[in-house]
Amino acid sequence: MSALFYISSLIAILATIMVITRYNPIHALLYLVVSLMAAAMIFVTLGAPFVAALEVIIYAGAIMVLFIFFVMMLNLGNTTTLQEKLWLQPKIWIGPSILSLILLGELIVLLLQEKPTPLPVTVVDARKVALSLYGEYIIIVELAGFLLMAGIVGAAHIGKHRKKHLHRFLQEEENSHGHPPASQADNAKQIVDHKEPKSIV
Amino acid sequence: MTSFNTNTVLIVAAILFVLGLIGVLTRRNIIFLLLSAEIMLNAAGIAFVAAGAKWQQPDGQVMFLMILAMAAAEVSVGLALVLQIFHQHKTLDVDNLNELSD
Repeated sequence: MSALFYISSLIAILATIMVITRYNPIHALLYLVVSLMAAAMIFVTLGAPFVAALEVIIYAGAIMVLFIFFVMMLNLGNTTTLQEKLWLQPKIWIGPSILSLILLGELIVLLLQEKPTPLPVTVVDARKVALSLYGEYIIIVELAGFLLMAGIVGAAHIGKHRKKHLHRFLQEEENSHGHPPASQADNAKQIVDHKEPKSIV
Repeated sequence: MTSFNTNTVLIVAAILFVLGLIGVLTRRNIIFLLLSAEIMLNAAGIAFVAAGAKWQQPDGQVMFLMILAMAAAEVSVGLALVLQIFHQHKTLDVDNLNELSD
């Protein structure tokens, strides 16, 4: 059991390193799927098979597929890879990485301070989780429902394809560069709209 | 039967979290920023499940379900925003999105 844990955590860490160093978004996404599978394996060794199944189904199966469809829709090809190669210079990433790794070292030192207690692996199965979820944590289920509803409505509203909206100052600037001002066209349209019912009458 | 302890699992979660943090800090492509945020959320979930397994209670798994729902909602809204940004600016570089600073 412990060998399984160590191997899968090693795979998770290596795949995550590959995710944050890839130039091509699709390669990074596929490595992240591997990392999430390894995390699901960690959950199994921790005695949480229900969460492991959900990790595979929702994280690796739904969210990552959403990302992959998105990258396909934006058609990010070789130009993006070249651009990433230009952006990812060592002098850019070396500073934040070293500082974050120092913080990680501090955290590991803190975690190693306390006495290591062996982890009891008793399987907490879906029945116990469901009893807890629909018993004492029922408010969390309702809040998650609210959150998902707000996410759906927000995504549908934001993702609607609209024409480019400029701020009114920018619009005036653009109009002063030779385009016909939009306000006059609007006024003319309104006049036409006002005239039409009269002619009908 | 088992020889790994709680600290080891928490160290693995911390390493994954810091890798996600490095990704957020160093990449300039918005898609990679969202991916790194996902890595960090997943690491937090591993820590929750480990804490739940230490006391053999289902509470950690319940919190992981909450994180899962939040990640799904965040990704849907985030990807819609990135779609709008790509349509309006034709780029995914976060450094170009500085209209509010003018």
